Amino acid sequence: MSLSRRRFLKCASATGAAALVARPVSAAAAALRTGRTPAVLVDTTRCLGCRACEAACSEKNQLPPPVKAGDESVFETRRTTDVNTFTVVNRGGGPDGSHEARYVKSQCMHCLDPGCASACPAKALEKTFEGPVVYNRERCLGCRYCMLACPFDVPRFEYEKASPYVRKCSFCADRQKQGLAPACVEVCPSGTLQFGTRDALLEEARTRIYQNPKKYVHHIYGEEEVGGTSWLYITDVPFERLGFRTDLSPTSAPELSRTALAAVPFVLTLWPPLLMGLYTFSRRREEAEKAGAGESESNHAHE
Amino acid sequence: MHTSNTARQALPVSWVRDKLLMGMSLRRYLRSLATPFDAVAALILLVGVPVIIYRFTFGLGAVTNLSQANPWGLWIGLDVLSGVALAAGGFTLASVVYIFGLKQYHAVVRPAILTGFLGYFFVVVGLIVDLGRPWKLPVPLVYSWGTGSVMFEVAWCVCLYLIVLALEFSPALFEWLGLRKLREWIVGLTIALTVFGVMLSTLHQSSLGALFLLVPHRLHPLWYTPFVPIHFFVSAIIAGLSMVIVESGLSHRIFRNQIGASAHADLEYITLGLGKAASVVLFAYFFLKIQALADSGAWALLNTPYGYWYLVEVLGFVLLPCVLLAHAVRRGNVALVRAGAAVAVAGVVLNRLNVSVVAMNWNAGVRYVPSWMEVVTSMAVITIGVLTFRFIVNRMPVLHQHPAYQPH
Repeated sequence: MSLSRRRFLKCASATGAAALVARPVSAAAAALRTGRTPAVLVDTTRCLGCRACEAACSEKNQLPPPVKAGDESVFETRRTTDVNTFTVVNRGGGPDGSHEARYVKSQCMHCLDPGCASACPAKALEKTFEGPVVYNRERCLGCRYCMLACPFDVPRFEYEKASPYVRKCSFCADRQKQGLAPACVEVCPSGTLQFGTRDALLEEARTRIYQNPKKYVHHIYGEEEVGGTSWLYITDVPFERLGFRTDLSPTSAPELSRTALAAVPFVLTLWPPLLMGLYTFSRRREEAEKAGAGESESNHAHE
Repeated sequence: MHTSNTARQALPVSWVRDKLLMGMSLRRYLRSLATPFDAVAALILLVGVPVIIYRFTFGLGAVTNLSQANPWGLWIGLDVLSGVALAAGGFTLASVVYIFGLKQYHAVVRPAILTGFLGYFFVVVGLIVDLGRPWKLPVPLVYSWGTGSVMFEVAWCVCLYLIVLALEFSPALFEWLGLRKLREWIVGLTIALTVFGVMLSTLHQSSLGALFLLVPHRLHPLWYTPFVPIHFFVSAIIAGLSMVIVESGLSHRIFRNQIGASAHADLEYITLGLGKAASVVLFAYFFLKIQALADSGAWALLNTPYGYWYLVEVLGFVLLPCVLLAHAVRRGNVALVRAGAAVAVAGVVLNRLNVSVVAMNWNAGVRYVPSWMEVVTSMAVITIGVLTFRFIVNRMPVLHQHPAYQPH
């Protein structure tokens, strides 16, 4: 028996079709690494803890006003962002041997290669070409994979709603389109928050550290973490003391899953011919066995 | 086949009686359902179905203990991840019988495909219960392709494979309905469907593991490994083989009236063969786990509470069933093979729960424990799956050969 033309064609066409389906996944975020992406530099040594950024954020996004506005006791517990709070200011420990406190604002970091966007099966979360990581709510399935994928605990889910959405800071993408700075940056009275292009702000951060090497920690948080973020932090106390995760690797989310996704086209193109090959072997063996049995038992009648 | 006019008129009543009520009158059929098993199932559904309705009315927060810190819980770990792994018997047995040509396993291929189909079907049901906005499921499938997402790949594969499994099982349906032409046509596609099924299963079984590549910041280092896709794929084969052993053992006891005496002897032979295969794959999987541990270099973490739990999984639910199965096969002890397979199945479920829930957010303050309503919902989904399995097995030629058709 030989491989019939019909069967060969069947096998070949299946392989060809599989190869067509398997297109390589492009790394869309590569273009954003030019350094011209919008960013914010947060100099925590300048923050007074006035929480004007929180109020401005709530107003801009039509959220309930911040809790305990103007009340110092708000800093007694550590707060996190929530479905109705896209940014929070927390109090952290000050420099060694001082009674001063440090304040730090947190919000979406707007990663260059965001884990949330890598996770999203429907492109509900998307890294825009302009820079902000935005949420297209009409596409969201509510699978909450983005929440796991985010190293900064940013995407929040409306558990109390029958038709829930994910909520997070949008970097005021709409304001940026009009040439405006994010609402929180605009309102900041102390110069803690500075809006600009990422390469310029990295330069600015380095300059401040060079000029005050004894004051600042020699690290710009967000320069390397998870492949780089649009929000950059410098501080004069260890980052752990302000509640930052310092165990994050510089590997971005797409890099983490790249190998797995790269295997897909190989499975699509190699499995059909391999399996058809195995099938051909087993079929030939079966036919040979039948033929052998037929010869030795040729006297017996078969039905 | 031709039917006279009178026969055609009488058809609906006799059809319902023959096909749906297993040849009984309605009253007798209902009385046949008054068993302890059905009472327990009814109780679970009586509580579970209202809970599911409650969940869709008031949101996930009203029913689950999920939180901003722990967005995935029991439903993902058990109903979805474990469900997909335990349904791997379909592609495993189909490739054994149709691709490798080991026809001696033919008797278990149809129940394995049915278990696979229902497994995937109820995985999707469980997923719909868990998704915040399940009515948006068509979005990634139709018009907004998140091609860089592992979840996107899983969604596509599971969707396609569910269709493949439905087609693979359809010969039994067509035999039951007497649609010979359709049956012959679909039987002709067996090899193509099997190859397609193996391809899709390779992709999504491993990709369910690849979902966790994105969470090095959350998953305990003993479970986080770049090899997790391979672990998920290999352990899915273990789960598939072991589930077929356990499920066929139970089926032959529960549906014994459908099975001839010679089939029981065949099943012992099949069980020993599958047990041997499962043991070999478990052995390979054990070494993959050790290799991943060496790769991560997290040896020191073994001497921590999480480390002890990891050792329970790897020694108690991988190495133990491996040894147990090897020993039982050598002795020809079918009952022990079934026990070993049950431990292996439990081990795969434990692994999926560990990766998605127990070892997740190990470094965060907020622990997740499922609420009673989450547990009841999972039980209800599984119960509906088991009842559907029984409904089909009692009616269609699954455990036995239809006398009017050639095996394929």
